[in-house]
Amino acid sequence: MLQPRSIQSSLNIRDKILSLDFILIISILVLGVTSMFAMYSTDGGEFKYHTNSHILRFFVFFGMFFFVSFISIRFWHETSYFIYIGVFILLLGVKYFGLTSSGSKRWLDLYFMNLQPSELMKIVLILFLAKYYHRISIERVNSFRYLLLPITVLVAPVILVATQPDLGTSILIAAGGVVVAWLAGVRAKFFTISGVAMLALLPIAISFLKPYQKSRILTFLNPERDPLGAGYQIIQSKIAIGSGGLFGKGFLNGSQSYLDYLPEKHTDFIFTLFSEEFGFFGSLFILVLYAVIISRIINIGNVTRSNFGKLYCYSFATAFFIYVVVNMMMVLGLLPIVGSPLPIMSYGGSSMMAIMFGLGIVMSCKIYKDVPVN
Amino acid sequence: MLSLGSGNTVIKSKLINRRMFLITTAKVVVMVGLVGRLISLQINQATKYKSLSDKNRFREWKLAPERGAIKDFFDTKIASSEPLYQLHLVPENSKDLDNLFVRLKAILNITDRKVSYLKRVIKKQKPWEPVIVSENLDWSDFSRINLFLHELEGVEPIVSVARTYPDNSSAHILGYVSQISAKDLQTKEYLKELAVPGMAIGKTGLERKLDEQIIGKVGYQRYEVNAFGKRIREIKIDEGQAGKSFKTTLDYEVQKYTNELLKDKAAAVCVMDVYNGDIVSLVSSPTFEPNEFVHGVDKDYWNSLIKNDKKPLANKALSGLYPPGSTIKTLVALSALENKIIRPLDTFRCKGKIELYGEKFHCWEKDGHGIVNLRKGIQRSCDVYFYEVARKLGVDRLSETAKRFGLGKKVLDDFIEERSGVVPNTKWKKKFIGQNWYLGETLHSGIGQGYFQSTPLQLCLMTAQIANGGFEIKPRIVVDGNNDNLRNYLKHKNENPNEPLPTDLLVSNFDLKPLFKNQEHINLIKDAMFSSSNEPGGTSYRHRLEDPKFTFAGKTGSSQIKRFTEAQREAEVKQESLPYKDRDHALFVAFAPYKKSPICNQCFSRAWWFRR
Repeated sequence: MLQPRSIQSSLNIRDKILSLDFILIISILVLGVTSMFAMYSTDGGEFKYHTNSHILRFFVFFGMFFFVSFISIRFWHETSYFIYIGVFILLLGVKYFGLTSSGSKRWLDLYFMNLQPSELMKIVLILFLAKYYHRISIERVNSFRYLLLPITVLVAPVILVATQPDLGTSILIAAGGVVVAWLAGVRAKFFTISGVAMLALLPIAISFLKPYQKSRILTFLNPERDPLGAGYQIIQSKIAIGSGGLFGKGFLNGSQSYLDYLPEKHTDFIFTLFSEEFGFFGSLFILVLYAVIISRIINIGNVTRSNFGKLYCYSFATAFFIYVVVNMMMVLGLLPIVGSPLPIMSYGGSSMMAIMFGLGIVMSCKIYKDVPVN
Repeated sequence: MLSLGSGNTVIKSKLINRRMFLITTAKVVVMVGLVGRLISLQINQATKYKSLSDKNRFREWKLAPERGAIKDFFDTKIASSEPLYQLHLVPENSKDLDNLFVRLKAILNITDRKVSYLKRVIKKQKPWEPVIVSENLDWSDFSRINLFLHELEGVEPIVSVARTYPDNSSAHILGYVSQISAKDLQTKEYLKELAVPGMAIGKTGLERKLDEQIIGKVGYQRYEVNAFGKRIREIKIDEGQAGKSFKTTLDYEVQKYTNELLKDKAAAVCVMDVYNGDIVSLVSSPTFEPNEFVHGVDKDYWNSLIKNDKKPLANKALSGLYPPGSTIKTLVALSALENKIIRPLDTFRCKGKIELYGEKFHCWEKDGHGIVNLRKGIQRSCDVYFYEVARKLGVDRLSETAKRFGLGKKVLDDFIEERSGVVPNTKWKKKFIGQNWYLGETLHSGIGQGYFQSTPLQLCLMTAQIANGGFEIKPRIVVDGNNDNLRNYLKHKNENPNEPLPTDLLVSNFDLKPLFKNQEHINLIKDAMFSSSNEPGGTSYRHRLEDPKFTFAGKTGSSQIKRFTEAQREAEVKQESLPYKDRDHALFVAFAPYKKSPICNQCFSRAWWFRR
């Protein structure tokens, strides 16, 4: 029982480096480099603002990923509540001091970057709940008293983000939280009940939706409803992906994107651009990279001994999967356009930062897999 | 404590693993679903989306072909195509039409009326169909638009060509061009491929008759465009083909001169080469300005044309139907001679009127012409003489001759405005009026009144065919090769005075069709027409030209619009005192120069029609 401690104390820098998951690191790096090519294409084949800034961010946050990895999982376990509270304060800050852009208030001006705390909240909520469910005993998981805190820490940021308004991110935050609760053993019945309650509240929720959000949902149900208006994005994205065919139109030859038919091509629709230029095989390549990353994260969850680590890795893997799938389904016309970035591929500092931070903690689980957290 | 915690941990970890397994299974299913969706879009439906992407990417602009020129006989262009700057607007390429119009109003001179008109057009059309903001920009407006082009999304400056006419002297026979209408698209097959916004097509006259060939072949430019409709680069250009040019038999100088003569009168003139039917001049007056129609006619100008009593839009030479009046007397006499009803020297006594069938028939000369034979009858245009001749001849034989000489049917091909007129006979009346023929009507027909209706061009043809010695000619206005058969025949006859072949065989060798039984009868009529214009007492003696180069032989005619009442006839009411629209038609047919010998290369027949 005391052996783990001795192992941990004997970990030197060489051991730490050797125990890194290199397949995961290489996958992330390949994905990062791929995303740079995609970004270069959105800039019309030149190193312009988006490309330069994306490359810089990738490497900065890739460095941060290693930094986070080498910090013991015990530290992350101990500080997770504080981190959550910190991010929550930032979210509140957005409400009062946030920057408004195209009708929604999502960003904090930190002078060196515009931070989107809601992106960080996606990861931090998982961290919080992983610690919470690690700590309470299995009998208490389904008792109502012990459900109150998780519901509160989940609902509060979701409401804050939804009222920014940013429907997509708030749904993704909630999804991450729900996944942790599910993995920790909260009964299916509970999810069913809250699902039904949500459905019952849906009409009320819809009345709170902004007109553009309503129109997005209606448009998703029938994209041809207004082909030049709200349905435009879905239609153009499908055209771009479909016209890519088997092998794609070739690098820098995506006519849909460089002729500006594709909206938001460096953020939400980056996969569309890549898929248009590299075709079915290109899309498959991206999917495989994501599958490898997710399976490596799950694998780290398997080898981690602490339930905190397991809960965190599994939940993060699932959340990561949801981010990828929601984005892809959106651009493939299977979900309404809700605005969710594709992890690592999409342009956006906060998203990159959150994902790298989350991956860093995963890697910390790997390095310190045998370290008990309490 | 520790072991309890450890046991708890193990149970928990098992629970977590079990639930993770479920999630992982779900993940695999979703991933397979995504791949399936990719296969569906990128493999199964790739062709469909590729064509949609190309439809996004490429946009074609049709280029209006240059309309062929119309030239007169001496190759002067009387209708040509000149460069022109236009401004088109593609509504779907503009994000904010209202704002765009505000900007355009600031840059160009566009009225509010025009803007609301354009907005209505845009509503009716498909969003990618261009509308024409301005048909004819001057150079300074055009360059100003190009300067501001980057802020005017959806607007396209176009260099085009447009129909231009040197003046209005040939407006009626050339016709005019104007924008394609919805009806044109439905009725004219050849326009389906051709329809280019802003392209003008022939609406009347030669422009319409020749439209299919003169319009040319449409070209197109294919551009790669971005999502805002901005042209990124040209992919392909097909210049199209300019329309065919046509040479006509018209003489621009004669057209101008004739127009000057007829200025402000309601009148029409046609001049024809009697040997081959080439129409040298065909003018209707008052004329209109054909250049006004090219870019859509101005409302005020249109109203002024419509409200004008003298009907400037009608081509009176082709579509004006008038009783031929006394000009028909030449044919009445010819028909009577050919049918052996009268001999040239048979006489009648004219006392100013005769009473037949219980009705009084007046001669225009109240006091009568006395003893009248055929020559004097034509010279003085004696009505009583022709009442008698017509009575003996009968309307059916008259109508047969009249039709042979080209009355009662269209003279030219494919002029929608041309009308065929009426040559009445007993069958015609039964069929179209449903009544029997009255003998009194034969008498009216004998002086070209009553049911007779003819166009100035028909009378011109009739006279030309008398003037050329009685041979059928096919009038034409577009030069399509030589038709010198009659000239060659006459030349041959002149050079071989002792030609042994009989006339009818010789004539058929030259592919000619004589309209007479005995050419002597034609010569009698010609001589009588000469006397009418050149001997004292002739109805047109006052207007004779004594220079032998220009001596002409003619026949006057006037026809009533309203019958004179007995009271008016007694009061000798003058035409000038009547309202313009009630005055008689005045007609004159003539050919010149008149020579005893039938050989004259510069022979013209002309038919005049005007209101006195």
